[in-house]
Amino acid sequence: MISLVRRPQPSRVWAWATPILAVLLTVIAGSLMFAALGKDPVAAIRTIFYDPLFDPQFAGYSRPQLLVKAGPLILIATGLALGFKAGVWNIGAEGQYIMGAIAGAAAGLALYPIEATFIFPLMVIAGALGGWIWAMIPAILKTRFNTNEILVSLLLVYVAENLLASVAVGALRNPEGGGFPGSRNLAQWASSANAELIADTGLHWGVVAAIIAVIFAYVLLHRHLTGVHIRLAGQAPRAARFAGVNPNRLVVFCFAISGALAGLAGIFEVTGPAGQISIDFNVGYGFTAIIVAFLGRLHPVGILLAGLLMALTYIGGELASFMLGIPAAAIQAFQGMLLFFLLAVDVLTHYSIRLGSKRLA
Amino acid sequence: MTQPLLQIDGLTKAYPGVVANDDVSMAIRPGEVHALLGENGAGKSTLVKMIFGLVRPNAGRMEMNGAPYAPTSPEAARAAGVGMVFQHFSLFEALNVAENVALGMSDPPPIKDLAPRIRDVSQSYGLPLNPGNIVGDLSAGERQRVEIVRCLLGAPKLLIMDEPTSVLTPQEVDLLFATLRKLRDEGTSILYISHKLEEIRALCDTATILRGGTVVASCTPAEETAGRLAEVMVGRRLEAPQRPGTARDEIAVQIDGLSLPPAHEFGASLKDVSLTLNAGEVLGIGGVAGNGQDELLAALAGETLSAPGTIRMEGRDLSRLGPEARRRAGLLTAPEERLGHAAAPDLSLTENALLSAATRERLVSRGFIDWSRTRRFAEGVIDRFDVRTPGAGTAAGALSGGNLQKFVIGREIAQTPRVLVVNQPTWGVDAAAAATIRQALLDLAADGSGVIVISQDLDELMEVSDRFAALTEGRLSRFRPAAGLTVEQIGLMLGGAHDMEPAHAD
Repeated sequence: MISLVRRPQPSRVWAWATPILAVLLTVIAGSLMFAALGKDPVAAIRTIFYDPLFDPQFAGYSRPQLLVKAGPLILIATGLALGFKAGVWNIGAEGQYIMGAIAGAAAGLALYPIEATFIFPLMVIAGALGGWIWAMIPAILKTRFNTNEILVSLLLVYVAENLLASVAVGALRNPEGGGFPGSRNLAQWASSANAELIADTGLHWGVVAAIIAVIFAYVLLHRHLTGVHIRLAGQAPRAARFAGVNPNRLVVFCFAISGALAGLAGIFEVTGPAGQISIDFNVGYGFTAIIVAFLGRLHPVGILLAGLLMALTYIGGELASFMLGIPAAAIQAFQGMLLFFLLAVDVLTHYSIRLGSKRLA
Repeated sequence: MTQPLLQIDGLTKAYPGVVANDDVSMAIRPGEVHALLGENGAGKSTLVKMIFGLVRPNAGRMEMNGAPYAPTSPEAARAAGVGMVFQHFSLFEALNVAENVALGMSDPPPIKDLAPRIRDVSQSYGLPLNPGNIVGDLSAGERQRVEIVRCLLGAPKLLIMDEPTSVLTPQEVDLLFATLRKLRDEGTSILYISHKLEEIRALCDTATILRGGTVVASCTPAEETAGRLAEVMVGRRLEAPQRPGTARDEIAVQIDGLSLPPAHEFGASLKDVSLTLNAGEVLGIGGVAGNGQDELLAALAGETLSAPGTIRMEGRDLSRLGPEARRRAGLLTAPEERLGHAAAPDLSLTENALLSAATRERLVSRGFIDWSRTRRFAEGVIDRFDVRTPGAGTAAGALSGGNLQKFVIGREIAQTPRVLVVNQPTWGVDAAAAATIRQALLDLAADGSGVIVISQDLDELMEVSDRFAALTEGRLSRFRPAAGLTVEQIGLMLGGAHDMEPAHAD
């Protein structure tokens, strides 16, 4: 008989070992799935994890992609993690990401075609504000009317997607685009371009912002009283009240940070890798960031590593579907397994497994 | 000598790192009230759980009426004639008495047959109870009766009662004792767990005293003094707290017409509560939990805000200020619930020190935490209050209840508050630690702080308070000097007869 025995306190070793174990289990289960699809599992795993970084043919293209994809994931996940630790569930980062991109792009395009150095910083600020405002909607509805922030923030994603489609064919459409939907190319306009800072590395301002966000979140969580209050509110709401934490203010704070960071991710994306506002500009970074946040144990450094790993499975997954003809759905299932196994083995942090006879206690 | 009802021989139960029961032997005779005495951690609960089939012993044997008895589950224990009333009730507040009783039975009859049986049993044993009442509306004493009746319906030969009087008023205690004596006279044996020594002397025929998991003595309680029993239980002489009586003519905190609606459906309200606490004084507030105790503490702590002017300290209106602002002003509180309210289980003791001491102890400057200072503060509390823990890095949830209680009370006392309000300061704490906490509260008052002690433990309140009042149904009685109050007078105050006489000592 196997029984779970609650640990007196969470195991630090397992808190760090479970993500690694989850990755291993994902590789095993993923291999079985690929084998069941009639693909060579070893080649598939190699294509996903190894080729994007080291294959002589593809690495030149895919290695910079690692930072390009990891940047927004880390930036968004870092903000979300603060809220998740406090028990504030912002599921709508995708919408805040879109609104950041729209607000930032609009601020820049309003000044087109002026060439000035202040335009890009202005767009960045407008992007952060766009994400922030979108996040304030669920935050204020929650604190004023006690609505469920999970539902409101999630549903606002679909509102944002429709707004995106609307501006892509309306207000922000490129007047010189021959009627095609989509804005002017912001990456090709010097004043707004978020170019690679070091050639062929994928390092752009969004990646720099992500690293700053990680450092900021680490200091906040581990050196600042707000960090203790965030953890308190998540673990023991009554104790947080006892400590003098105002729960409403904390909800607003967590939504503000996560919304602004998602907005920043949006504006850095639209001015760099994406280049323009288009109908399908968003590719799900806001949702994947939720997985990244948990894969990284809601810890800033963990998120940094998890973001890179997640980006790798994205790039590798694309490569695998292109090279080996693995269906995109299988790649998504593979990524889903990662979160599944992570949550499943998470139990080891709080419980130890005991083999042997059943014992009542 | 008659054959014992339950013979226990060499029972041993070890958990990783601790031997809870080591070679425990005792005998319970038919028709006796047998006391099981001991401090927290002495092994009382483990022993009782083995008798009730919740825990299996590692070694030893039990015999019931001469036949081997080794229950593997509470159902088996009940079938063998053992019933147990737990300290914490397992009742559903939204259901009525009969439904709750039915839920606790393995094969319940239809409610319409059950209700008359409940009425019969409750009447014949002097436990007034209406089967149709909703449990959420019942007092703690009535809830206990539901549990007792549930056991009695199974006609047990042995009834185990775990700290049954901790939630009762003196009158309710008398009623319970009458019931237990009636049961005894009918031949039912009762295993009575308590650390209230006077009660045991009044009620029990025999006592077995546990210390550190072993039986250290058995005796006839009526032939011993309470002091002697306590010494055997603790293993050393206990000092009664010194009460210097240091109240000064200087108001520390004043509550004026404080009224609050209940926070949730089964919560209590506060109705026009007023009191004046002087510097150097200890006010005792008695009453059964659930009568506004938590609400009063929350209102003083600043977790609940009250109408302007209702709470004043040194002329300053604190009613609309939050917990942090009140702490800055010198008003500190320690809530009843240790885990989840006074402390967060997964945070370390060092991190938990920040909950209330961040500002006053200057553990934080401009929002940034001085971890080494915080750790030193936590270690100071651990040393001074003898908190048994591997270190300040241990999670609060890993501590035993009594040790965590010492930490959360110590954390407030160590900050030398101007006013300290504590709710159930020694609940679940062993005698030696309780004495330490009470002495620390009195020392705090001797140094000029005002202290309010909210407690269900009347002995404790009589020991520490200068003045005493009862909080019942959200109303606070007049304060009377604690010295010279009789149990009857306290009982009347707790019963809600507030206007019995105009004498008061404000």
